[in-house]
Order: sequence, then C-alpha cells, then structure tokens
Amino acid sequence: MTPSSPPRGTARPAVGRPPWVLVVPAVLGLAFLVLPLAGLLVRAPWATLPERLAEPQVLEALRLSLVTATVATAVCLLLGVPLAWLLARVSFPGRRLVRALVTVPLVLPPVVGGVALLLVLGRRGVAGQWLESAFGVTLPFTTAGVVIAEAFVAMPFLVISVEGALRGADQRFEEAAATLGASRWTVFRRVTLPLVMPGIVAGAVLCWARALGEFGATITFAGNFPGRTQTMPLAVYLALETEPEAAIVLSLVLLAVSVIILASLRDRWVSP
Amino acid sequence: MTLRARLVVDRPAFALDITLEAAAGEVVALLGPNGAGKTTALRALAGLTGLSGGHITLDGRPLHHLAAEQRPIGMVFQDYLLFPHLSALDNVAFGPRCRGASKAAARRVAAELLERVGLAAHAAARPGALSGGQAQRVALARALAVRPRLLLLDEPLAALDAHTRLEVRSQLRRHLAGFGGATVLVTHDPLDAMVLADRLVVIEDGAIVQEGSPADVARRPRTAYVARLVGLNLYQGRAEGHRVKVGELLLTAAERLDGPAFVAFSPAALALYRSRPDGSPRNLWQATVDGIERHGDNVRVHLDGPIAAFADVTPAAVADLDLSPGRPVWAGVKAAETHAYPA
Amino acid sequence: MFRRLSLLVVAVVLAGCAPGEAGGRELTVFAAASLTGTFTELGKVFEAGHPGTRVRFNFGSSATLAQQITQGAPADVFASASPATMKAVTGSTGAAPVTFARNRLEIAVPVANPAGVDGPADLAGPGVKVALCAEQVPCGAAAARALEAAGVKVTPVTLERDVKATLTKVELGEVDAALVYRTDVIAAAGRVTGIGFPEAARAVNDYPIVALTSGLAGEFVGLVRSARGRDVLTGAGFEVP
Repeated sequence: MTPSSPPRGTARPAVGRPPWVLVVPAVLGLAFLVLPLAGLLVRAPWATLPERLAEPQVLEALRLSLVTATVATAVCLLLGVPLAWLLARVSFPGRRLVRALVTVPLVLPPVVGGVALLLVLGRRGVAGQWLESAFGVTLPFTTAGVVIAEAFVAMPFLVISVEGALRGADQRFEEAAATLGASRWTVFRRVTLPLVMPGIVAGAVLCWARALGEFGATITFAGNFPGRTQTMPLAVYLALETEPEAAIVLSLVLLAVSVIILASLRDRWVSP
Repeated sequence: MTLRARLVVDRPAFALDITLEAAAGEVVALLGPNGAGKTTALRALAGLTGLSGGHITLDGRPLHHLAAEQRPIGMVFQDYLLFPHLSALDNVAFGPRCRGASKAAARRVAAELLERVGLAAHAAARPGALSGGQAQRVALARALAVRPRLLLLDEPLAALDAHTRLEVRSQLRRHLAGFGGATVLVTHDPLDAMVLADRLVVIEDGAIVQEGSPADVARRPRTAYVARLVGLNLYQGRAEGHRVKVGELLLTAAERLDGPAFVAFSPAALALYRSRPDGSPRNLWQATVDGIERHGDNVRVHLDGPIAAFADVTPAAVADLDLSPGRPVWAGVKAAETHAYPA
Repeated sequence: MFRRLSLLVVAVVLAGCAPGEAGGRELTVFAAASLTGTFTELGKVFEAGHPGTRVRFNFGSSATLAQQITQGAPADVFASASPATMKAVTGSTGAAPVTFARNRLEIAVPVANPAGVDGPADLAGPGVKVALCAEQVPCGAAAARALEAAGVKVTPVTLERDVKATLTKVELGEVDAALVYRTDVIAAAGRVTGIGFPEAARAVNDYPIVALTSGLAGEFVGLVRSARGRDVLTGAGFEVP
C-alpha cells in the first residue's frame, strides 16, 4: 500500500486511514468466524436439499427450537430484567458475590448445567420431588424442561447486557422522576425501562441466539425425543453420528432462520 | 409557605452544615464556588441526598423523613433531564400523572403550562428537538406542573450559551415572580444570582460565609471569593475612626468605625501614576505591575506591593503609562470611594 | 473445507498430546469409549512388556474415531464398537479386522427398582419411564433389535446420545429403566442393577480390532487377544470369542 493523501472536497472525516496493526487482526478474526460457515455452504448437498428440508423431522425440530428459544427468552426477560435492576440499582450485602454467581452458567459446561438441573428439578431432585408430589409436574423429558435448560444457560447473557445498560444509563433521570412524585416502580416502568430498551433488546437477542443453539444442558436435562425435546442442535448432533450431510442441512436451516430473525430485529431495534 | 431547614451532610472529606430559610414568594440563591456544597444542599432539600443531621420543615410540617417522591417540591436540574423518550407535553404531564391525575387531566395541566412558558407549539416535540432555552422552559413547566410548595433550581442557566442566557434569565425571573411558593436556586454565576434572587446565601466549604440582599452582598463582600465575584478589591484590617490599618498600609475610608474591619474599593476607582501625584487627600502607595489582561472594554492591571490589588484602566492609559509587568507605579484611590465596614 | 477443518481439529488435539520427550517409540490406539477401562489397563501391561514404548489412547464414539482416521489422523490401532464403523476404516485398505470381544445389552434399573422392572415386557408398562440410546449410535441400534426380538414395543421418554448418558439417567433415578451394555452395568455396580434377558443374545455387539500399521500395532492386537487380554475383558463384563 503506498501512502496517498485523502481526496479533497469529500465528506470523509479527516481521521486518517485505519492502522494496519488493527486491520490485519480484524480481518483475520472475521475470516476465522466466517470461514467455517463458508465450509458448511461449500459442503452442503444442494441437490438433495429440498427433499431433506421437507422431512417432517426437520420441520418438527425447527419449530420446537424456535418455540422453546422464544419462550426461554420470555422467561429470561421476566426474571432477568428485575435481577439486572437489583444488581445495578440496589446495594445489598453480598452484591458482588451475587453478580459473580449470575455468570456461573457462562463458565459451567452446559452438560454439567444439565446434570445440576436434574439434581434440583429432576424426579429425585430437591425441588423436583416436591413439584411431582404437590402438583404432579415432572420437568425432565418435557418441552418445559427444554425451556428451563435453555433459560438457565442463556439468562446470564441477558442479565449482563441489561445490567450494563442500567449502569450506563444516567441515573439522574430516575432522580428527576422521583422529584416529580414517581414511586420506584413507576420510575422503573416509565423512565428506566424506556431508557435501557436498546440494551434489553440487545440482551434478548443474544439470549435468544444462545437458547437457539443450546445443546449440552438440553440433552442432559430434557433428553432427546423427536417432537417433544429434540431441538435442532440435538438433531444435528445425532445426524452427525451417521449422516454428516443431513447434519449440514440441519445446521444451514438453523443458521438461515437465525440470521433472518436477528437481522430483522437489529434493523428494527438496534440501528440508530 | 416558609421553608426552614438545617442541612447537615457528612461525607468522607466533605461536610455540609448550613441553616436556610425562605419565605413564600421569596427567591433565595445559594452562591458558591464548585465543590462548596450548594448542589448537595439542594439535593438534600429534594430528598435525593440523605441528611446526616438537621431538619427540613415547610410551613411547620417536617419533610426530612419523607422520600423524594413524597415531598411537595419541584426541581429543575442543571441539564434539565427531560425524559428523552417522551414528548414535551408528556414530560410536563409526568408529574401530575404520578400524583394521581387522569391522563386527560394531566395533559390538560401540561398544555396549560407549556402555553404559559410560550411553548404550546412544541408540545409534541421530543426533548432532542428542542433548543437549550426551550428545554429549560419545559423543565420549568415540568417542575411547576406538580404544584410544588418549594421550587428548587440547580444551575438553571449554566447549560445555555451567553446569548440565550440573557433572554432565558429574564423569562425565568418573570416566572419565578409569578410563583407563590418558596424558591431556592443554586448558581455559581453572580449575575444570575443578583438578577433572580431576593436574597443571596454564599457557601464556601460547606458553610455559609455571607448572606444578605444582592445589593448588600455586592457592596460589602466578606470573603475573597465574594469580592472576586462582585469585582471589588477587599482587605481585612483594623479601623480607628476613618483610618484602617491593612498590613503596613494605612487607608482612609469614607466611613468611621473602630475595631476589626473590611475595606473595599472598586478596581475602577484605583488610579495609576508613573510618578507620585501631588495634592488631593487620597490613599496612595507604591506598587509593581504584576500582570495585565483584557477585561471587557478595559484592561485589568494586577498590582503587587504593600497590598495586592486590581486596577481597571483604559487601553489608552496603558499606552500613556507604558505599563508592562515589573514596572513600578503609584496607585491611588479616593477616600470617598474606599468603604469600610465591620468585619 | 469440511475435511480440512476436521483435519485441523484432529491436528490440534494430537498436538495437545504430543510426547514429552523424543527417542522412545510410541503407539497410538483409537478405541471405542466403552473400552476406556480395559484398554487403559492393557496399555500399562503393554508398556511394561515393551520398555521405552508409550501407548497413547484416543477414546471416543466409534463413528467419530472412524471419521478421524479416514481423514488422516495417525492411528496405529483401531478398536471399534461396531463392525459397520470398522468397515468405514478398513473397507478401502483391505486390512483384516478380527472380533476380539462382544458386549450384550442388559436392562439397567435403579438399585431400588421403583417400577419393579423384571424383564423386557415390563418396559412397555404404563408409567414406566425408559431411556434408550438413539438409533444413530450402536447401543440404540442394538436396543431396537433386542426389543424387536422380545416382541416388546417400548415408548421411551428419551433417546440418548450415547450409552453413558443413558446410564446416567438411570443412576440419577430420572428413568425407571434403560437398555445399556453389560460392561456399563458392571462399571456402575452399586448404583444400578443389571437384569439380563435372553433376547439380548439376538443383539450382541461385536467389537472388531485392526492393526493399521506394522510392528508394534500387531503386538498390541496380539496382547488384546491373549489370555491376559481376555482376562481383563471378561473381568469388565465383555464376552470373548
């Protein structure tokens, strides 16, 4: 690259070109993330794609994935936003510890998370036993179990994102609302929530994407049964055992659907 | 409607302890340098900062145990803090809604107030689309919409540019005059304080150092900070009759008193000479030019000598006297323009 | 691209287990996960008999291992849990695998056996929660054959990804019964109870082994098939031919 002066009279800001020391690793990073995707596309069995897609098992797994990821995100919003608020706005003893605990599912191997869920909510689990005897509810091997496994793994993404947004938001707006007579609940509902909405949407999108790709905790806690607990990632994993091409097709479907949904959400909510 | 308060706030490396009163219809300005505790005092009145001690009563009813949202106050913040996601109208209607009005009633009140501050045409605008002056007026309307008995203004004009400031200041003065409750405003700008307030309370380092009418404070500053604000040369000394001894220098003042005293005179009253002038009974001493800077249309000359002083002279005088740093001059001020008052 | 990435992954994995010192000879054995205990023990025996030689193991799902080998992973010995996956490796080379062990299914139940399971017919009982391996993995295929032979139609609550995960569900008491290998039941002795059934003989899993390189690899296969090797395998619950 030879140095050259920027063209005059254009609207480009005069900040100079991006330094190579940043651009080169950035391009490498992008390639690292995108190349495996290209690999999937290159190896996809395009000729047999339509008939493979039409298989009821594929559609069933896809539907189940979309439904459970969406419900799991709703659960995370319902519980995670108040949790993030608590961490960001209320000082209580042990807050640092609680904040660290919230991130546990991030570092825990999902399979271990699934076992942990079994130990608590399973048939012999502490809470599971009670649920079964009191309400006749068993969670493992049910679609509700899939939602729980996904929510467990995905919630930290939402909490961290929303807590960051809350910390970044100017708290004086909340003070201004208080001087106008707003109770803390009103402040939260009418001021805080609208102010951090972009953060909540971003967190929900991350959370949804994580739930959609969830594998380890789901297969461990909810098992694998077509139509009930077999989500796309589980179908992909089992297809890989015998039919790698089918696995590629399933992955492409998952990928296409998530890209479409995330892109449309982003345009609607996150772009300025 | 009378505010009586003693505000005590103790924090590491900072302590505020002031007593404050404001009558109905009175505008009290808290004036002080940055970090003096003015904003802390205002926040304590609003309930946004807890009191370590003291009390706040409004019309004899204690407020200090109430949460911010339960106090009958309206507050205008320094950068207004209009809710960015609500229209001007809904910003103003926010308070009445929170205090139980129906949506329609709240909007009616809000529309009325926007009309009053001349912004009826901007009711639907988001705060981002308003100019600084307009946002300030919306913020005032929002604070007044809750029908407060105590109005608090934190640096209400600080975020405005000089031109807008002039206009908004006179509007604000009119609105404050029309407000029946007590008003406490915080500012570090002496002009805002003089124009808007009926009474000034000067705070330094968390304590009150002077209070009184704007005219009184402007004429008789009692600290170096206030003297600098109002643009006077101020010295502390000991008076015997018309004579006040300041350090080694003996100054003659217009007033007659005995004991510890302040002496003040205007920089414009200080005359400079290249050689010792004759005749006329004046306070006269030898000084050295320490620095020269522009000051409005004039030139402000910093003088070193038995007392440090400022003199405001015309640019022509600077040329005539050939003033430059380090040059020795004679400085003189008439006794009639030298004011002494008890310290 | 897929092929190259897999190679990359294998290379990274193998680099992670590169020998600490040069000089000594090394034997790399790819073996089905169900052989982890027995082969680790036999590896120590082999090292004792061949001073200076190190045996490295790569245990995993037979299908995954076969895929790694066909994509160029450097294996000296491959021991698989199913003839089908073995064929994927040896089909083109002409190497001759031999069956060195057999594994048969048992019904595994929690020690308390809450559903009172006694034989295959009980697995179809109402309210009995059963876990099976997914049909894509060998233990699932075997389970399907055995249940068909027994004439029992079972609706499992879950189709697990491998035999260990299936057994875990029993150990945790989440299911009342599961079909797993006898060797797994023995390894989990005390936590689950095994119930043998005659129809399991119709779905016996053959374990083939093959030497993919000359020299040491053949000696290792020999050890596995020797009296010592047979002792170790039968001790773990395998049947030997």
